[in-house]
Amino acid sequence: MNARLHGLLAEFAEAEHLLAAVRRAREEGYCASCIEAYSPYPVEGLAEALGARHHRVPFWMLVGALVGGAFTYWLEWYSAVVNYPINAGGRPLFSWPAFIPPAVEMTILWAVLFGIGAVLFGARLPRVRHPLFESHEFERATSDRFFLLVRGNDPRFDAQATQSFLGTLSPLSVVEVAEE
Amino acid sequence: MSAVLPRDVLPPVIAPGETNTSISAKISDATLRHPTGWLWIGGFLLSLLACALLFVGTCWLLYAGIGIFGLNIPVAWSFFIANYVWWIAIGMGGTFISAAMFLTRQGWRNSINRFAEAMTVFAVSVSGIFPILHLGRPWFFYWLFPYPDVMNVWPQWRSSLEWDFWAILAYLIVSIVYWYVGMLPDLATLRDRAPNLAQARFYGLLSLGWRGEARHWMRLEKFNLVTAGLAVTLVFSVHSMVALDFSEGLVPGWHETIFPPFFIAGALFSGFAMVLVLGIPLRKWFGFEAYLTERHIVNMAKMMLAAGLFVDYSYFSEIFTAFYSMDKYDVAMTMHRVVGPYAWVFWGTILFNVLLIQLLWFPRVRRNAGAVFAIALGVLVGMWLERFMLVVTSLYEDFLPSAWGMFWPTFWDIAFLIGSIGLFFFMFLLFTRLLPMLSMFELRKLLAARRRAETQR
Repeated sequence: MNARLHGLLAEFAEAEHLLAAVRRAREEGYCASCIEAYSPYPVEGLAEALGARHHRVPFWMLVGALVGGAFTYWLEWYSAVVNYPINAGGRPLFSWPAFIPPAVEMTILWAVLFGIGAVLFGARLPRVRHPLFESHEFERATSDRFFLLVRGNDPRFDAQATQSFLGTLSPLSVVEVAEE
Repeated sequence: MSAVLPRDVLPPVIAPGETNTSISAKISDATLRHPTGWLWIGGFLLSLLACALLFVGTCWLLYAGIGIFGLNIPVAWSFFIANYVWWIAIGMGGTFISAAMFLTRQGWRNSINRFAEAMTVFAVSVSGIFPILHLGRPWFFYWLFPYPDVMNVWPQWRSSLEWDFWAILAYLIVSIVYWYVGMLPDLATLRDRAPNLAQARFYGLLSLGWRGEARHWMRLEKFNLVTAGLAVTLVFSVHSMVALDFSEGLVPGWHETIFPPFFIAGALFSGFAMVLVLGIPLRKWFGFEAYLTERHIVNMAKMMLAAGLFVDYSYFSEIFTAFYSMDKYDVAMTMHRVVGPYAWVFWGTILFNVLLIQLLWFPRVRRNAGAVFAIALGVLVGMWLERFMLVVTSLYEDFLPSAWGMFWPTFWDIAFLIGSIGLFFFMFLLFTRLLPMLSMFELRKLLAARRRAETQR
C-alpha cells in the first residue's frame, strides 16, 4: 500500500477544538508549512497559531495605489503640457489642482486591483481541482466543520504515528486524503 | 443605566438557536433549492418587458438621435441626468453599509451587506448607461478615455464631466471586485452543498476553488479591511464629483458649494431606502426572518431618517442662502421652484423627503415592516423628484427671460426611466436565484463573536 498520501485530515465540530488542536500539533513539533487548518469562517488567532508567515496584501495595495495615482497624474501632465498643449482662456497648462480628482480615483482602483491580485496569487487561486475536494468529509469545511490537515510531504510524516497523534486530539473523524 | 431605553425589546441580530449548520443550510437552500414560484416568474417577465422597452428605446435613440426626448435649449439636461444621479446615488447606500459599517463594527450589517452590495453593482451599472446614451453621438464615448490616437485628441482634464467618467469607472470596478471577492467563501459553500453536478461545477468555477484555508482567510480579511477603507473614500469622492457636474456650472440653483455634501446625504438617503425596499420582501419570501430581524428594519429606518434630516437641512440651507445672499437670480430661481410651473415637483419632494419621513420618529412606525416599506418607496419617488427639480428647474428660467422655456417629457423619456427600473430588477431577480443572498461566513463570524461574549460574561 504505497499510494501517496496528501495528508491526514482531522475533523472538529468547534472552532475552539481546532484552535487547540493546532496549538498541540505545533507543540508536538509539526512545522508551520506541514499543517493547515480549514474553517467555514475566519477564526481569530488561527493563522497565528499555525505560525503563518507574514503576507503582503497591504504592501501590494500600497504599491498599486502609488503606481495608479502617479501614472494617472503623469499622464494628465504629459497630455496637457507636453503632447498637446492648448491655451484655453489663459488657464495654466499644468492645472495641478484640477488634475487631482482623476488621479485620486485611479489610486483607489489600482490599489484594489493589486490587492485582489495579491490575495489570489498569495493563496494560489484559482485552483478548482485539489486533493481535498475528493474527500467527502471535507464538503462540510465550508458549512459547519473545522479541519486540521497534516501534510504527507513532510519528511518526518509517518502515517501510523500521525494518525495516533490526531486521535489524541479527540476529533470527530480522521481520514486519509490521497494525492491526486 | 440600561433601563433608560427599552432597547432589549428588539430581537437580537441573529435569532437565538441558530447555528453554523442552520445558517449554511437555510441561506444556501434559498438559492439552491427554493422553488422559483409564480411571483418570481411574474416579476421576471415584467422586468424583461421593461428591458425590451429599454432596448427598443436605445435602438431608436441611436437611429433617430437625441431629438426623441423632450429636452432642448434651455433645458438641455433632463430625465437622463436625473435618472443617472438617482441610480448612482442608490448604489452609494450599499457601499456605505458594507464598507463604513464594517469599519465601525456594526455587526448587524453582516445580514444585509451582501444584497446591499449587489444592489450597488446593479444600480451603478444601470446609471452608467445614461451619461453615455445622453451624448449626442454615444458611439464616441470612448473619447473620454485617454489613449494615443491619430487625431491627437486628449480628454479635457479640467472638466468635472471628465472627472465623473473616472469616478464611475473606478466605482463600478471596485464595487464589483469587493462584492465578488467577499462572495468567494459563500460560493464555495454553494459548491459543496449543490444537489447536482452541473450546479457544483457552476459554483466550483465561480468560487475559484476556495477551501477555507486559514492562510487564505488571513489574506481575504486584510483585503476586505483595506478595501473597505478605500471604498468609503470612494463613496464620498464619487458622489462629490457627481455634484461637481452641477456646481462647476454657473446656473443659479447649481452653482453652490453645499452640493457635494448635500448630494452625499441624498445618496445615502435613497440608498438606505432601496435596501429597505429590497430587504423587506426578501426577508418574507425566502424566510430570512432569523437573520433579517425586526432590529435590522428598525436600525435601517433610523439611518434613513438620519440621512433624510441631513437632506432636509440642505433644502433649508439652499433656500436660506438664496435669500440671505439677496442675489436676484438665486431668489428668482427659488421662487420659480416654489410657486412656478414646476411647483408640484418641489412640493412633492417636500412631501416625501421632508414630511413623510418624520413618521419614522415613532417606534411603532419603525417596527411596522409594511409602513417602513411604504415610506422607503416614498423616499425613492421623492429623491427622483428632487433630482428632476435640481436639473430642470435650475435650467428652464435662468439669466435671460428671452431664453426661458419649459420642458415636457416625451414617451421615450418615460420609457427609459421605466426601462432602467426594469433592467435593475432583471439583474436583481437573477441574483436572488443564482447567488448567495446573505453573507453566510460573516453571519457565522457574528455567531462566534456572540458566543465568545456570552462565555466571557
